[in-house]
Amino acid sequence: MSQPPSASAGNGPARVIGRILTYLVVSLGALLMIVPFLWMASTAFKGGSAFDYPPTWIPDPISLDNFREVWTIVPFDRYLFNSLFVAVCVTFGEVLTSSLAAYAFARLRFPGRDAMFLMYLATLMIPGQVTIIPNFILMRYLGWINTYEGLIIPTAFTAFGTFLLRQYFLSIPRELEEAARVDGASYFQVWSRIIMPLASPAIATLAVFSFMGAWNSFLWPFIMVNTSNMRTLTVALRSFQTDYGTEWGLMMAGSLLAMLPMLVIFLAAQRYFVRGIATTGFGGR
Amino acid sequence: MTETPAKPPARARIPLGQRETVAGYLFLLPNMIGFLIFTAFAVVASAAISLTSWDLLSDPEFVGFQNYIELLTDDPLFRTVLWNTFYFTFVSVPVSTALALGLALMFNTGLRAIPLFRAMYFLPVITATVVVALIWRWFFNPDFGILNYVLYELGVDSPPNWLATRTWAMPSVIILSVWKQVGYNMVIFLAGLQAIPTTLYEAASIDGAGRWQRFRNITLPLLTPTTFFVLVISIIGSLQVFDAVLVLTDGGPANATRTIVYHIWEEAFVFLEMGYAAAVAWILFIMVFLVTLLQWKLQKRWVHYEA
Repeated sequence: MSQPPSASAGNGPARVIGRILTYLVVSLGALLMIVPFLWMASTAFKGGSAFDYPPTWIPDPISLDNFREVWTIVPFDRYLFNSLFVAVCVTFGEVLTSSLAAYAFARLRFPGRDAMFLMYLATLMIPGQVTIIPNFILMRYLGWINTYEGLIIPTAFTAFGTFLLRQYFLSIPRELEEAARVDGASYFQVWSRIIMPLASPAIATLAVFSFMGAWNSFLWPFIMVNTSNMRTLTVALRSFQTDYGTEWGLMMAGSLLAMLPMLVIFLAAQRYFVRGIATTGFGGR
Repeated sequence: MTETPAKPPARARIPLGQRETVAGYLFLLPNMIGFLIFTAFAVVASAAISLTSWDLLSDPEFVGFQNYIELLTDDPLFRTVLWNTFYFTFVSVPVSTALALGLALMFNTGLRAIPLFRAMYFLPVITATVVVALIWRWFFNPDFGILNYVLYELGVDSPPNWLATRTWAMPSVIILSVWKQVGYNMVIFLAGLQAIPTTLYEAASIDGAGRWQRFRNITLPLLTPTTFFVLVISIIGSLQVFDAVLVLTDGGPANATRTIVYHIWEEAFVFLEMGYAAAVAWILFIMVFLVTLLQWKLQKRWVHYEA
């Protein structure tokens, strides 16, 4: 399907040089992409001071001191748990509520449906900063500052996810559900036993993006949390920066630990990331 | 939206249409509750708050359009904030779009090891901005960072003190953001490129079109919807830059990197100027709205869709 435009361009020396140049540029770019991460890892695994001049790439000796110290001076396991718990709950909430709503928008007919769907679409362009002030005041009023409820519930609904799933549900043939309905299945059974399994690629795509969004999210937890033990990893790293601004070994060790879980998920589910971005262009933000 | 489903069989005494209506509302309910409270109500509330002076400690005081009038006529800091945000947006968006397009074109020539390369370009995309900004802060460190060391070795006598000077602070934020964004945009371009039918290139080759002509007359026009889409989502995203600024420069030095969302955050959650901050947020909203509107208008004029 993606026959490259230059594939038919013969095999002259110009083409060989072109190939070499292409590889060179792409490799150089890839190197630029990972060099800051290598520098992070190099600093994280150095024992003692991170300040050596000239800078060295390979720590000698390789030391886990920074990791140990990060774990002792802040409750790092607690932050890890907070991030994981919030991200899992938000993902679950987003997938559940938006797949239910998407089924209604895609398959059921009821008064006001199309108007409501348009309203959902219109809100896609509202920047989050517009709603963040009233939502913060609401959380304060409910006493949800420094709570999991406050971190999770306001972010567990997504108009975007609803839109994404609705489009996918519309592409599923109706015959199966109609047969099930003839056999007496309820709408809920149709949703849970037919639509959801058939839509699993779209569900997986939404799930990885919801998880990444929640895991990497910063502004909302940053304003919602002011006690140490409720911090998520991103907020904890920022506080760490404020408190230990020159302890680069510790900060790089913390950064490395904070990005590892997302990296593992990415490597395991790379195709869902790529498909999600390719088909929607949203998600990663 | 317009197709008609076959009628499901009657099961209970409730009339068919009504059963479907009830089911529809029930399915919608969980999402709708969240949507109504945290989006619909919040947007209206934020507009209302922007018409007040409110520090959360005492009752809000209605001041009409005072916040907006002040922002637009008598607020030099806000003018700096707008300028910084535009500077960031109109440098980082074209650069990251052009780089992403170039890379996608190279990827699309049938490179080997695409998954490996793609994963490398994706590493910054999947990592939290707070994390990569922290890494780059260390990377940019003028005394012990690797970047200036390499520049020095390459013959740059006095490499810039990146984050601490007014001249270089914003370029540093831009470099970080382009670096983080380029893999994401590249994947969108790659999808756009792969949707172009091969037959077009074959036909053009038979007609004797060279590589440049094929690029100019096939790839570029057919890729405009994608380019346009990348530009619009990048502009909207860039207008909202925050995490990178906070961690890299704290809006400094001397407000040189203070952007709209940084301003909103500090006014609202550090100085508790809720009314003023809500007004700034609404101005941001209007800007995003205008970009979206412009997209709709221009789309019709110069985007070439496949027939």
